[in-house]
Amino acid sequence: MSDQPYYVPESSKLPFAMALTMLVFIIGAANTVIDLGTDSNSYLILVLSFAMMWTTMYFWFKQVIQENHAGLNNPMLKDSYVYGMAWFIFSEVMFFFAFFFALAYIRNFAVPWLGGEGEKAISNILWPGFEASWPLMITPDQAVFTGPEKDMSLATAYAAGGLGGVLGWLPLWNTVLLLTSSLTVHIAHLGLKNGNRKQFNLWLGITLILGYAFVVVQGVEYYEAYTHYGLTLNTGIYGTTFFMLTGFHGFHVCLGAIILTIMLFRSLKGHFTADDHFGFEAGSWYWHFVDVVWVCLVAFVYVM
Amino acid sequence: MSTIVETHDHDGHHGPAKGLSRWLFTTNHKDIGTLYLWFSFIMLFIGGGMAMVIRAELFQPGLQIVQPEFFNQMTTNHGLIMVFGVIMPAFVGLANWMLPMQIGAPDMALPRLNNLSFWLLPMAFGILISTLFMPEGGPNFGWTFYAPLSTTYAPSTVNFFIFSVHIMGVSSILGSINIITTIFNMRAPGMTLMKMPLFVWSWLITAYLLIAVMPVLAGVVTMMLMDINFGTSFFNAAGGGDPVLFQHVFWFFGHPEVYIMILPAFGIVSHIIETFSRKPIFGYSSMVYAMASIAILSFVVWAHHMFTVGMPLAGELFFMYSTMLIAIPTGVKVFNWVATMFKGSITFETPMLFSIAFVALFTIGGFSGLMLAIVPADFQYHDTYFVVAHFHYVLVPGALFGIIAGAYYWLPKWTGNMYDEFLGKLHFWLTFISVNVTFFPMHFVGLAGMPRRYPDYALQFADFNALISVGAFMFGLTQLLFLFIVIKSIRTGKKAKPEVWEGAGDLGLEWTLSSPPPYHSFTVQPQVK
Repeated sequence: MSDQPYYVPESSKLPFAMALTMLVFIIGAANTVIDLGTDSNSYLILVLSFAMMWTTMYFWFKQVIQENHAGLNNPMLKDSYVYGMAWFIFSEVMFFFAFFFALAYIRNFAVPWLGGEGEKAISNILWPGFEASWPLMITPDQAVFTGPEKDMSLATAYAAGGLGGVLGWLPLWNTVLLLTSSLTVHIAHLGLKNGNRKQFNLWLGITLILGYAFVVVQGVEYYEAYTHYGLTLNTGIYGTTFFMLTGFHGFHVCLGAIILTIMLFRSLKGHFTADDHFGFEAGSWYWHFVDVVWVCLVAFVYVM
Repeated sequence: MSTIVETHDHDGHHGPAKGLSRWLFTTNHKDIGTLYLWFSFIMLFIGGGMAMVIRAELFQPGLQIVQPEFFNQMTTNHGLIMVFGVIMPAFVGLANWMLPMQIGAPDMALPRLNNLSFWLLPMAFGILISTLFMPEGGPNFGWTFYAPLSTTYAPSTVNFFIFSVHIMGVSSILGSINIITTIFNMRAPGMTLMKMPLFVWSWLITAYLLIAVMPVLAGVVTMMLMDINFGTSFFNAAGGGDPVLFQHVFWFFGHPEVYIMILPAFGIVSHIIETFSRKPIFGYSSMVYAMASIAILSFVVWAHHMFTVGMPLAGELFFMYSTMLIAIPTGVKVFNWVATMFKGSITFETPMLFSIAFVALFTIGGFSGLMLAIVPADFQYHDTYFVVAHFHYVLVPGALFGIIAGAYYWLPKWTGNMYDEFLGKLHFWLTFISVNVTFFPMHFVGLAGMPRRYPDYALQFADFNALISVGAFMFGLTQLLFLFIVIKSIRTGKKAKPEVWEGAGDLGLEWTLSSPPPYHSFTVQPQVK
């Protein structure tokens, strides 16, 4: 096996199809946002690009899986996929870093300066009556961005209902769901490594239920925010950072859940062996990654 | 297992496909490298054409040729195209061609991904350039697209710009993942990290920087997208946000990006100087550590681009000192290049000429960078032509000379034919003279107070600006000569030996392959001692 040459695939139409997909995506996405609020149908181009994307990805992954099953992948090539996934996750970490960075800057510098505190407090002359606080409930210009009525923090939940308020605080349950799911996906992985297919399928299934439950609870939380808390994307910087950070995380949870769902179907089709299952392992890495991001979100968005 | 292998067309021996499909569907690192290099060459002429429009307008004071609105689109797109469409793809093209050959691999680690990384670029740039022909015009807010110019006051075509940048970012990230994976996973047995060629080292570090900061760029354009279309207030102080936040996030990406555009040139120039000095590079390990130090420091210097925006004094001091620290590893590199040439048996072929010019002129750009790093001085220089002179010195006789030097150095290897040495030297001298005529006087008009990004200027700057424009047109025309030399070398020329340059055979694995090399570089990995 080790003297098997590194498999260099023959020319492939899939990457070019994906690049074309991205061309359609740019056109569709840009026209969609430009036409927001009109009755234009340009969003259909965007929908088309998503259809193209899923189709291309389906055939691409199918080919990679077939190559592996055909024994074309030598150990070195398998390592290439491992390195690739690890560095891809690093790029995702840096994407979230940008938004946490923005939150930190806003909380520690921008808002206090607007409120007249600190070294650059001169920006207070813009809105002299503005008082800095976090979560920011009253924005500098209430006529443009009306602040939220209520925020999503642990402190507010506790102040409103004591211990009962904390127990009714949805992020608590989402934390339980997601941390548990990280554990269950690990148990599933152990099952696979020990050749116990039943354990693998069962615990992966449980992981998926927990993951989808998380998405549902977050949906409920957003619904509450919009209908009962007056907290929307347009309520100033608190709503902005809250929805963008939790929203991108929720989007990544959805991606992770879709990846793991596919892994479950692949397992039911008989894919994976005890020592060759990087497709699943990559998905589980991704799952642990969204879990870590969630812990940071709880700390910096909900609690502190 | 081997019986199953038979059922697939076993790879490793087939040649390139015929016709257009060779280029559209290729998974070969050399074909993809060629695509990258030609793409960047074409973009050089498009972005250069925009520079010619700018220089034609600035040839004399007053408005003659274009309207200020269009002038703004020219400066913006010139910058975007040169940064994302010329320098970066050219380096990736060189990486694609040379990395597998330098580390003794058959190809890049993830060949299909490699094809995708390339073909995303023409898509993204096609859209970006098409915005210039839309009724509202293209991006007009400068290549740094500061909010609120790029949000509240932007044309609606900014949305095309945003998604194009996303796709360029995806291309860079996928390309970098591929490069890092190739370097870590595919080295020939015996090639330890500290035996890697310096070009490989420079790309390992560059790829790391790219994966670290391109997502941040994606983040900042996403924030713009939300502010413009969905009512968020990241960059709007009325909602508690801050336009200065844009600059912080942008430059957190932007400063490492600056080193992304120079580190691979460091690698190329190191190889060329050792080849033509006929001496191994002086201080190999210090070269590696210097590049790593520059990369690490690049994450903590970003706010030196925004000294005048209003930062606490502690911040200004921190970013001033951290910026000045970068001069130390950079000085180490310049010292090592000079020390390599010291007492060497130097010959002055075209790549060497470009490399020596690189060392001298990049150092000028480095010194003006040091001047700009000093906060009180920067208050005077900020947004003047002095800044324009500074970054053009590091990007044109810096990065671009590195690329051109690399192209001459490796062209015989790629095509199997020597380029025309006389024309190469002519190209060098015309380029060297015109680049200095163009960019050196910019220091003077900048120090005298001429602001950047204006289509008109005060009368006292007229003479220097006329001179700059003459230099710029000369520089632009000279590059057509380069195009001619490259095409000529592809079609005819003296046959190149495998080692191409005298004594180069000992300097790297790429010189042990035939010229031109086989379609799959090393099907059997060589043993490195």
